[in-house]
Amino acid sequence: MSVLLLAEVHNGQLATDAVAKALSALAPLNDSVDILIMTGEDVGAAKEASQLDGVSRVLVAQDETLAHGLAEPSAALVLSLAPGYTHIAAPATAYSRNILPRVAALLDVMMIADVTAIESADTFERPIYAGNAVQTVTSTDRIKVFSIRTPVFKAAGQGAVAPVEILRPIVDPGLSSWVEETTIASERPDLTSARVVVSGGRGIGSKEYFETIVKLADKMGAAVGASRAAVDLGYAPNDWQVGQTGKVVAPDLYFAVGISGAIQHLAGMKDSRVIVAINKDEDAPILRIADYALVGDLFSIVPELTEKL
Amino acid sequence: MKILVPVKRVIDYNVKVRVKADGSGADLTSVKMSMNPFDEIAVEEAVRLKEKGVVSEIVVISIGMPQAKDTLRTALAMGADRAILIEATTDVNQDIEPLSVAKILEKIVEEEKPDLIIAGKQAIDNDVNATGQMLAGLLGWGQATFASAIEITDGSALVTREIDGGLQTIRVKLPAVVTADLRLNEPRYVALPNIMKAKKKPLEERPVAALGVDIAPRLKVVRTVEPAGRSAGVRVASVDELVEKLKNEAGVI
Repeated sequence: MSVLLLAEVHNGQLATDAVAKALSALAPLNDSVDILIMTGEDVGAAKEASQLDGVSRVLVAQDETLAHGLAEPSAALVLSLAPGYTHIAAPATAYSRNILPRVAALLDVMMIADVTAIESADTFERPIYAGNAVQTVTSTDRIKVFSIRTPVFKAAGQGAVAPVEILRPIVDPGLSSWVEETTIASERPDLTSARVVVSGGRGIGSKEYFETIVKLADKMGAAVGASRAAVDLGYAPNDWQVGQTGKVVAPDLYFAVGISGAIQHLAGMKDSRVIVAINKDEDAPILRIADYALVGDLFSIVPELTEKL
Repeated sequence: MKILVPVKRVIDYNVKVRVKADGSGADLTSVKMSMNPFDEIAVEEAVRLKEKGVVSEIVVISIGMPQAKDTLRTALAMGADRAILIEATTDVNQDIEPLSVAKILEKIVEEEKPDLIIAGKQAIDNDVNATGQMLAGLLGWGQATFASAIEITDGSALVTREIDGGLQTIRVKLPAVVTADLRLNEPRYVALPNIMKAKKKPLEERPVAALGVDIAPRLKVVRTVEPAGRSAGVRVASVDELVEKLKNEAGVI
């Protein structure tokens, strides 16, 4: 048995935290793990991946057609390697959600998404109904294709040296092409791997005032999140959304400011270690799951907190 | 140009999910069911493309219970032209896996020959997020997942995709599969006259057996449980008390 783990590289950067967490998630399989890097950039990310504990080999395919995570060439490459593996996995991100189901269908196996625990080589735990239920399933497929909800795992250490092998890229079927990307370069930590996340909701009241949330986050070196309501109202960009249809986070410390705590939002942050809720509404559902709740006027609390932290 | 939109009948977005005592899944008996919200967005996008004159025919399809007819009628009332129901189960608690759904859709695509398939990115019951990608793979078509904008030009679709950290635009050759994300559009409310008109639109019912697709599930449910709850902590009276607790009690700052 052996595992192929897809590792995302974006603008030359390995998604190290997600990969390191996926490696610890895979530990119960007690198998050798090969990391697959598909990239259009130079292969610097491979060296970083090779230093993570628990990696047998790092396989690198470097080609322009693999630069932007397009599903067709990426899936074709994974498929060409599939016969050598019993498990094909990746951190559950937009990148892998695009590629893995295509791979699964072409292997005639079911996709197992957002795994939160591996019980055995064929049995996996995953949330369903936006996290309102947790289901354990046993796969009867010969190859298990699954994505891992990495924020709930601790990162594997570094210090190992695994060999790096360069793969020959496959021929791009040419069905799609990359046009452009608008990613917001940010000095802030990545939302899904940040130690502290400060999120704002409808209660913030305006895009202008959302800046106070950003200031609080910057003071703490935290990532900024938002509820779906805040995104829909235009207070915050789409990719800040935490929740069922946004990002799932599990930081050490999560601030929910002006967020009522709709079930869709809780699904994305309830695994955080410490939750602080700041809300003007005594009855907001978020107060029932928060470790520390402060009820009062956000417009005085947030600046005061920013000053005193 | 012809569009195919698969729609799924799922537990209504606002209904609180309860797990069945035997652990086999969520209890869906006598629960309000509706069209999967992402599929509603997919139907809306197809209708808007038709209103722009880009699309001439919209076919909607559902796979599952006979009651999915109601879901298809909703799609017809939104503006789809005709509907196909593949009857695959009479048990509301039996979910047809995305792999089986993709294989059934592949058969229908061979018959209907659509130029574009728009699907919801994910069903809010099993939360797998796979059917569109699987279908594109089986058909050997290009795919554009998690779309927040679609523009059709000369035999291709220019699709803006929601990715981690921002937006990506790709061009995908038609025929192709596009999956709809939350912000692609806001689905319309269906007016009563359209609901009446939808009753007259064609809806074809077919048994799954006639398609010759194996829909036996690949995943066996071992158990289903409610997630571990979190209990409420403490109320703090001031910012000073909060900072003090975070420092000395929780040790997180």
